[in-house]
Amino acid sequence: MSKLVKSIQEAVMLAGLKDGMTVSFHHHLRNGDFVLNMVMEQIAAQGHKDIYVNASSLFDVHMPLLEHIKNGVVTGIGADYIAAGLGRAISQGVLNKPVQFRTHGGRPSDISKGVSPIDVAFIAAPTADPMGNCTGKYGKSACGSLGYAFADAMYAKKVVVITDNLVPYPLQDVSISEDWVDFVVQVDAIGDPKGIVSGTTQITRDPVGLVMASHAAQVIAHSGLLKDGFSFQTGAGGASLAAAKFLKDIMLKEGIQGSFGLGGITGYMVDMLHAGCFQALMDVQCFDLKAVESIRTDPRHREISAMQYASPNSRSAAVDSLDVVILGATEIDTDFNVNVHTDSNGYIMGGSGGHSDTAAGAKLSMIIAPMFRARLPIVTDHVNCISTPGKDIDVLVTQGGIAVNPKNAELKARLQAAGLPIVDIQQLKEKTERITGTPQKIVKGDRVVAEVISRDGQLQDQIYNVPQV
Amino acid sequence: MRRSMLFLPGNNPNMLINGNCLGADAVIFDLEDAVSPDQKDAARILVRNTMRYMDFRGCEIIVRINSIDTPFWKQDIDQILPQKPALILLPKTGSAQDVLEADGYITEVEAKLGMEKNTVGLMPLIETAMGVENAFQIASATKRVKALFLGAEDLTADLQCKRTKEGREIEYARTRLVVAARAAGVDVYDTPFTDVNDDEGIVTDAKLAKALGFTGKASISPRHVEVINSVFSPTQAEIDYAYEVMAAITLAKEQGKGAISLRGKMIDAPIVSRAQQTISVAQALGMGREDGK
Repeated sequence: MSKLVKSIQEAVMLAGLKDGMTVSFHHHLRNGDFVLNMVMEQIAAQGHKDIYVNASSLFDVHMPLLEHIKNGVVTGIGADYIAAGLGRAISQGVLNKPVQFRTHGGRPSDISKGVSPIDVAFIAAPTADPMGNCTGKYGKSACGSLGYAFADAMYAKKVVVITDNLVPYPLQDVSISEDWVDFVVQVDAIGDPKGIVSGTTQITRDPVGLVMASHAAQVIAHSGLLKDGFSFQTGAGGASLAAAKFLKDIMLKEGIQGSFGLGGITGYMVDMLHAGCFQALMDVQCFDLKAVESIRTDPRHREISAMQYASPNSRSAAVDSLDVVILGATEIDTDFNVNVHTDSNGYIMGGSGGHSDTAAGAKLSMIIAPMFRARLPIVTDHVNCISTPGKDIDVLVTQGGIAVNPKNAELKARLQAAGLPIVDIQQLKEKTERITGTPQKIVKGDRVVAEVISRDGQLQDQIYNVPQV
Repeated sequence: MRRSMLFLPGNNPNMLINGNCLGADAVIFDLEDAVSPDQKDAARILVRNTMRYMDFRGCEIIVRINSIDTPFWKQDIDQILPQKPALILLPKTGSAQDVLEADGYITEVEAKLGMEKNTVGLMPLIETAMGVENAFQIASATKRVKALFLGAEDLTADLQCKRTKEGREIEYARTRLVVAARAAGVDVYDTPFTDVNDDEGIVTDAKLAKALGFTGKASISPRHVEVINSVFSPTQAEIDYAYEVMAAITLAKEQGKGAISLRGKMIDAPIVSRAQQTISVAQALGMGREDGK
């Protein structure tokens, strides 16, 4: 028996794809991904219409989707994150049906419950054997963890593995195993390594970013959570990484041994592992080459599925054991609701990813954001889109002070006692608006272009089209 | 208390409005070298408005105006003085006469504005060979002078030598300025360390300045502020010792003793004076003891 088929074209046919079905993709190859475009091109060539694309995230490398939408090949999209180029077209109303935004935990939850069933899952695999055992750790297109692809592989009716590094059976170090896989296709390249992982992720040199990072580390240090067994997640943004650096210095100085680092993993978290700040890294996605090298060679650096990472439907998820998460925001309102979906003009330019999952799970959820970007204040009366509800956010750290959610009076008292610059979020808003002025409200259209579905499956908010002048 | 003074270009709105968040005890809004001649008026307005509308509590504002041999300096003072900066940094001060000229105009403008005389202090920037040689006369020229400030970049150009990280070429100027300022009873601030990427170099340079007797040190990079603050802050051990000295002196007075020793060393007037300075800085930094003992 061989699962090897000659081409993506053959795999699409053998998988039994029909009009109206759902296909799925994962985003570990990020902006270097070739697979989604190659598959959709074949689906279009075979004359299929009315296809729903369920992708863990979409990047601007996937702009060819727009042609498929205009031609009626694609009529529905579900994703946890959509980059600005595609997002702009969606906000302009290119798609008739609203995009369904989920979270990194909500997506596998809804897949497993049958709320968002997948007909054919296409797994981009940097290394695979002919029976479909595959991994992201090896090969010229290595991306490290394949965490987001697990639910697709486990629950899709048909599973196609697409690889550019076919190795003899059996592959030793397996992420997704053969018992879930129907077909295997070998192609010349599944992606462009330059777009898959960055060489190194850099800590910010921006003085304002460093001030925020220093405040963030101090908040953690005085939160009461920084002790042996501490667990932590941070993003790959410059200020978040700088906060991790300051935190590392504090942990080493105080001799604190944490338990685990979680999430999308950067080389900086790997450094913290090596320095003894953590016992383990739990990795759903690698952000840079150092993280890929680490997950390949260090048994303490473990790949986890999106279900284990963040699914509210799992018997337990790692986010529920998380002490502190550092997150970003494009806007935050005076009720601490956070927007990471739309920009200041209302165009889609992101998505929750793991934002609301980690905010819900972590004991301390911290937003780092400058008081203003360009000329626009970050704190508003009402965010344009609720990506993560304010009840799950504890602290906002800016260069102009630290605002603590009133629900967390104990934390506020601790931080005040430590002499940190605590400000009321309303005052922070007013202070910022004295510099920037009060921005005009954005004009929304009358058509819903996206639905934001909370991690437990409820309609949390709707994003409207941006009228074109 | 000024341990650190951070230069911010007067024509960079983003840096100006974030200036109070960068941890420096004082910021120096720069209207001189950072601003090209065709942007002088814009920078002047930007700095004025920043001072007018921004909250800089906890961070002192100093403005470096243009030197008195340029056509800009009087306009700088006209616009900036109403905003009451703590100090005006006067570049290329070479003699007491330069100070008197600047002081005269500032006094005139203060009077026009109905401000009390000497509301705004003056800090001559010593960055020429002539300035170094005249340091004491400059420091004691008028009551408005609150401190001297060493500018090594222009000075080394004037001395026709290379500016190095080690700073051998400015050893004389540094010690001369410290002595002159202390003799005149004013503060004295060290030149910035200009390699913003040398994290070890700034520590060495700041420690040297502190050891020579400088009150604090300027910086052109926000990244250096924390190091400078740390070097120019007393350590906990120094603070503890200062309180011990003061306690011993109090005890000696109570017991009617003239001389007293602590840890086997005689406590004399200079030691007491240093202990008082340390406690005063510690209190300003919130590191002092609540009962003052």
